[in-house]
Amino acid sequence: MKPKRKRLTFVILGLSLLGIAAGLVLIAFEENIVFFHSPSDVKEKNIGQDRRIRLGGLVEEGSVTKTAGGKTVEFVITDMNETIPVIYSGLLPDLFREGQGVVAEGLVKNGVFHADEVLAKHDENYMPPEVADMLKESGQWQHMEEALKASGQIKESATK
Amino acid sequence: MHRFANPKRFMDLSRALLPWTAGISVVLIAAGLYLALFVSPTDYQQGQSVRMMYVHVPSAWMSLFCYTFMAVAAAVALIWKHPLADLAAKSAAPIGTCFTFLALVTGSLWGKPMWGAWWVWDARLTSVLILFFLYLGYMALINAFDDPTRGFRAASILVLVGFINVPIIKFSVEWWHTLHQPASVIKMGGPAIHPSMLAPLLLMAVGYTTYFLWVLMVRMRTEILAGKIRAARLRQVRAPVKG
Repeated sequence: MKPKRKRLTFVILGLSLLGIAAGLVLIAFEENIVFFHSPSDVKEKNIGQDRRIRLGGLVEEGSVTKTAGGKTVEFVITDMNETIPVIYSGLLPDLFREGQGVVAEGLVKNGVFHADEVLAKHDENYMPPEVADMLKESGQWQHMEEALKASGQIKESATK
Repeated sequence: MHRFANPKRFMDLSRALLPWTAGISVVLIAAGLYLALFVSPTDYQQGQSVRMMYVHVPSAWMSLFCYTFMAVAAAVALIWKHPLADLAAKSAAPIGTCFTFLALVTGSLWGKPMWGAWWVWDARLTSVLILFFLYLGYMALINAFDDPTRGFRAASILVLVGFINVPIIKFSVEWWHTLHQPASVIKMGGPAIHPSMLAPLLLMAVGYTTYFLWVLMVRMRTEILAGKIRAARLRQVRAPVKG
């Protein structure tokens, strides 16, 4: 019984220490682990001027305009707190649309984000189109979308 | 627990369970695939591409499930020295590797049309890639020693250390900004998937799990029999030559 108990404590102790160490490392490197920064982050910390960053958030409703024969797209990325205008020329992913989460990669120049890659982010909700239409018709959609923005899509990193 | 640690009892029990797990997994995966590919509706945003979910999500779940199973088996092997625990972990490793590979490949095929990228280095994708390498490392380490018991011990320690990665994978989409979306099924406030899509997904998940049990038992039985053959050969070699 004795050596078994000893090995059990050793394994539990070892794993807990390892867990704490891993947690500390992850917290220390948080800045490098995040895949994108929110508009609030970018404005607050003034990043993206001299090194390439990824900017993520929702495409603001009604902000998408196509210029130069549809090749160049301008839109605004928002986290419901701060907004940053984005200019991009190239192919957009299928899921790119207003109100949709996107991640753009590029540089900030004079307050405008010049992106050379735009990725679409999709949310965790899955439903048939008819159900989505029904929700929209019955007016529950707005409510759901707000809940979605408050929880998953946009994280409240701005308040940190 | 101790009752099942007896190899003889395991052989009897697994022989009885083999046809059941095989049959159930085939039926569930066939039914799940049929519902997923032909019956279930398209998604309001993703359209037909959503069907990738029914293969991708259960594979990803199984990649974590197999690893957790291996970590428990490795802990039991290290602490209580059960004769079957090492074999269980060793037998689960290739299955978990395949599920992880399947999750990575289907995720990549799904990511291109939806996100616009085959691969990104966000926290979820990177941590799953690390999981894949942990599986490969485990299988390499277990065979790297002449003395199998030393190989088992080193590999068990590797599995336990690597277990830190499992909660990181699960919560990566909540702790950090990632391109990968947050969990849809196992989350606060219930699943965010319409029941007509959740049903085939769960069928596939249960089918994958029974498939895992089936292949696990086949592999463990093979390991036990191979061990017996080795022991018999050794006896033969060591026995005094008569005549």
